[in-house]
Amino acid sequence: MTEARYDRAPGDRPSREMQAAAPSPVLVYTTGLFLAVLLTAISFWAANTSLLWPGGVALGLAVLAIAQMGVHLVFFLHITTGPESTNNVLALAFGVLIVFVVVVGSMWIIADLNQNMLMPSAEPMNLQMQH
Amino acid sequence: MNISVAIDGVPQEALPSASEAGPASKRIVVAYGFWIFLLSDFVMFAALFASYAVLVHATAGGPTGAQLFNQVTVAIETACLLVSSYTCGLMSLAINSRRYLRTYLAALITFVLGAAFVTLELREFASMIAIGATPERSAFLSAFFTLVGCHGLHVTLGLIWLVVMMVQLAVMGFDATVQRRLLCFSLFWHALDIVWVALFTVVYLMGVSP
Amino acid sequence: MNLLGKLDWNAIPLHEPIIMGATAFMVLVVVAVLGFITMKGAWLYLWREWLTSVDHKRIGVMYCILALVMMLRGFSDAIMMRAQQAVAAGGAQGYLPPEHFDQIFSAHGTIMIFFMAMPFVVGVMNFAVPLQLGIRDVAFPTLNSVSFWLTASGALLINVSLAVGEFSKAGWWGYPPLSELQFSPGVGVDYYLWSLQISGLGTLLAGINFVTTILKMRAPGMGYMRMPVFCWTSLATNLLIVAAFPVLTAVLAMLLLDRYLGFHFFTNDAGGNQMLYANLFWVWGHPEVYILVLPAFGIFSEVIATFSGKPLFGYRSMVAATMTICVLSFLVWLHHFFTMGASANVNGFFGVMSMVIALPTGVKIYNWLFTMYGGRVRFSVPVLWSIGFMVTFVIGGMTGVLQAVPPADFQLHNSVFLIAHFHNVIIGGVVFGLMAGYNYWFPKAFGFALDERWGRASFWCWFIGFYLAFMPLYLVGLMGMTRRLQHYDNPAWQPWLIVAMVGAVVILGGILCQVVQLVVSIRNRETLRVAGDPWDGRTLEWATASPPPAWNFAVQPRVAGRDALWSSKQRALASKDEPPARVYEPIEMPKNSATGFVTAFFAVVIGFAMIWHIWWMAGLGVFGAFLTLLAFAFRRRAEIEVPAEQIARFDRVHQAGAAA
Repeated sequence: MTEARYDRAPGDRPSREMQAAAPSPVLVYTTGLFLAVLLTAISFWAANTSLLWPGGVALGLAVLAIAQMGVHLVFFLHITTGPESTNNVLALAFGVLIVFVVVVGSMWIIADLNQNMLMPSAEPMNLQMQH
Repeated sequence: MNISVAIDGVPQEALPSASEAGPASKRIVVAYGFWIFLLSDFVMFAALFASYAVLVHATAGGPTGAQLFNQVTVAIETACLLVSSYTCGLMSLAINSRRYLRTYLAALITFVLGAAFVTLELREFASMIAIGATPERSAFLSAFFTLVGCHGLHVTLGLIWLVVMMVQLAVMGFDATVQRRLLCFSLFWHALDIVWVALFTVVYLMGVSP
Repeated sequence: MNLLGKLDWNAIPLHEPIIMGATAFMVLVVVAVLGFITMKGAWLYLWREWLTSVDHKRIGVMYCILALVMMLRGFSDAIMMRAQQAVAAGGAQGYLPPEHFDQIFSAHGTIMIFFMAMPFVVGVMNFAVPLQLGIRDVAFPTLNSVSFWLTASGALLINVSLAVGEFSKAGWWGYPPLSELQFSPGVGVDYYLWSLQISGLGTLLAGINFVTTILKMRAPGMGYMRMPVFCWTSLATNLLIVAAFPVLTAVLAMLLLDRYLGFHFFTNDAGGNQMLYANLFWVWGHPEVYILVLPAFGIFSEVIATFSGKPLFGYRSMVAATMTICVLSFLVWLHHFFTMGASANVNGFFGVMSMVIALPTGVKIYNWLFTMYGGRVRFSVPVLWSIGFMVTFVIGGMTGVLQAVPPADFQLHNSVFLIAHFHNVIIGGVVFGLMAGYNYWFPKAFGFALDERWGRASFWCWFIGFYLAFMPLYLVGLMGMTRRLQHYDNPAWQPWLIVAMVGAVVILGGILCQVVQLVVSIRNRETLRVAGDPWDGRTLEWATASPPPAWNFAVQPRVAGRDALWSSKQRALASKDEPPARVYEPIEMPKNSATGFVTAFFAVVIGFAMIWHIWWMAGLGVFGAFLTLLAFAFRRRAEIEVPAEQIARFDRVHQAGAAA
């Protein structure tokens, strides 16, 4: 059977030594909620305000979204840099790579293909992806 | 020479590294397996996101996102799902402490908020269909309904799962199997909120920003 | 409202003699098999020991049986195509009308990839990985059973399409607009889509199962760098399955939405984009071929090291090459559609990546060669297949790198040169690897070896037949012949296509030799009996009995080095001490379950109902599947305890046999 010190999943109750130093679990979740609400509010504001340069809004929204996903991963899913999370982090990194390749790769390829398609008129096939 | 006994002659030194510690406990194995499943689900959503990104301007003369999306509804949906993720977390804590009443209460609130999310989304779809913005109208609308609908379908399946889990809890108590499944449920529920963050950012916020 | 949707008696193609003949043959075989089982009174045994088994070894064997049976169906499609093309030159129309020919090439590709190669690969991994890792079963045994039965459901639906309705005419990729409702109004494309969605779900679940097993459940002492190379390649394969199959699920679902609900993902009008289909399909499609070939590479590593009597050369570089291929396989997919119109930047990037991915494979080839060099090579049947692979796969790989150059590919795309290339790598790589693995692990699975002479005969027929069948296609491809032609004008191609037909017949000889090999081996099984370690193996599966007991290892093995069994054998030979007496403890094993079989039943119901638009039946199927899930969820006992006495008794017999 596995050695006891390796027998922990992410988010399991901390061992006796760690228990004194660990924050209260309710506090962890509440902090996560607070941060997520904050990031969401900022996103909604950024999308609707005229104070920001429009060109940067999309990038800003993306950054805020990624930050919020990070908040969920750390505060709700208890992914840490500790040894019990290593496999999870590696798998997540692999997943993020695949998601990136699929989304960005597809967007790049289809935009390129659309551009090279000679269309007699813009309608009915509206292939333009970007303004 | 007796091969089968030979493998017993391995000296039992200390096993220092995690990778040599032998098979993990069921709780870890199940949680990790579910984590891998979640990653596969993320990849499926990635393919749907890619399709949406490619087809977002293919409106075929029909309505665009900016014309259709109601940000107030989206904000309420986001709040519902986010708070339900929080109450799901509180439910996890109640499960770890094996407290029945708190578990049922947290589950109930999580369910109500999740159901509110789905209801609002269905109403949004219905109002769009009523004005002719159906998925058959254009490629953009096909992609929108599929992407958002797929997430909503996941949430609905999660709600059904939650109900079944509460029945299991009542029937079987805080059995190790039940606890493992509830752990999987909470992973699933948090993951859905992560997908929603991407969804409301890319579809609704980027869709209506000037 | 029609109670049976689109289904009526016209669905049975009574006016097509070839199809009806094939159907009659299929029905005859099924009846004969069912009759045989009834005659032997084996239904209860079959249900208890196999159909409801959650044992990875049994599930692995069932996957392999499914693959071999479907190989016969896929191969008959192949030989029909070769025969048609051998005669349909000039004005001749051959014996297959175009609508039938189109279904044949579509079915051939679909069956060979999804229902021959995939099940065979998953079956071999199922059987060998837990044994090599020194554990008792995979992470989720019941899920494993569900995965197998979902794959079998998909295969069943494809076979039903022969008798009831039709199959897709849109090729094994199903490109729109041809696969859209407007141009394929029949049920053929629906059979294709539902069959693949169902089996695709099974495969994805298997991927999750094996990633978890390999990463979280190895024997104590088996760190990552002590794992057998076959387990590393299985890890890479299953990571690819988990990463790629969801994309297939999504893109096929989008096509289903177009066909069933009038969506516009890939239609000609309302903004649909057909290039998006090709793009997403191949995002899955390229990793898929690495899913097929990586386990074959792993098999070669095991076979060559064992039969050279040497450790595998360059273990670390093998592992690095494997994981590099795993990542790179996701960065080359556009080479499947260089000619779709992307600009030079895009084509150039993917062209370079396609060439780069040949490098780690080259590293592996050198490692296998250096393993053999300086070793005492025993030329067993698995080694024959391995050497055949090395020659054949390298040629196929070279023609692949050739086509990775976009300007060259503009000449060769969708010609039979391409057909020759991918058969070269799939047959030379995947099929030869699976045949090597089949001959290598058969004695472990069944307790007796396969006949050597018929094994050699089958190898030579396959090897010679392959070259006869596919080298001419390289030539004819360069002469301008495109793929999927039901007839052609150019008489200069015909002699080569006749040679190709002869090659197909020789391969048929190889397949028949394999059938004979199996029959002869079963008949002579007492003379061919083996103990646990017939090949003087290096990895842990050879430390068990043949066949292994349900619990695999009586006592959990502890691993101290790479080639776990080999180093233990050397230590045992060197030390004069008596090994410590074994202490047997009861073992908890997962209980058999009908969940997989029943889930499959409802999957077939749902698939068939959706294909024929029988909505109430589909609803019932979904409800039934949900009830099955609930029955599984609420079962009281998930495990049975095997008493220590039983384990001790079995183990003492096995040890006595091994010491003799």
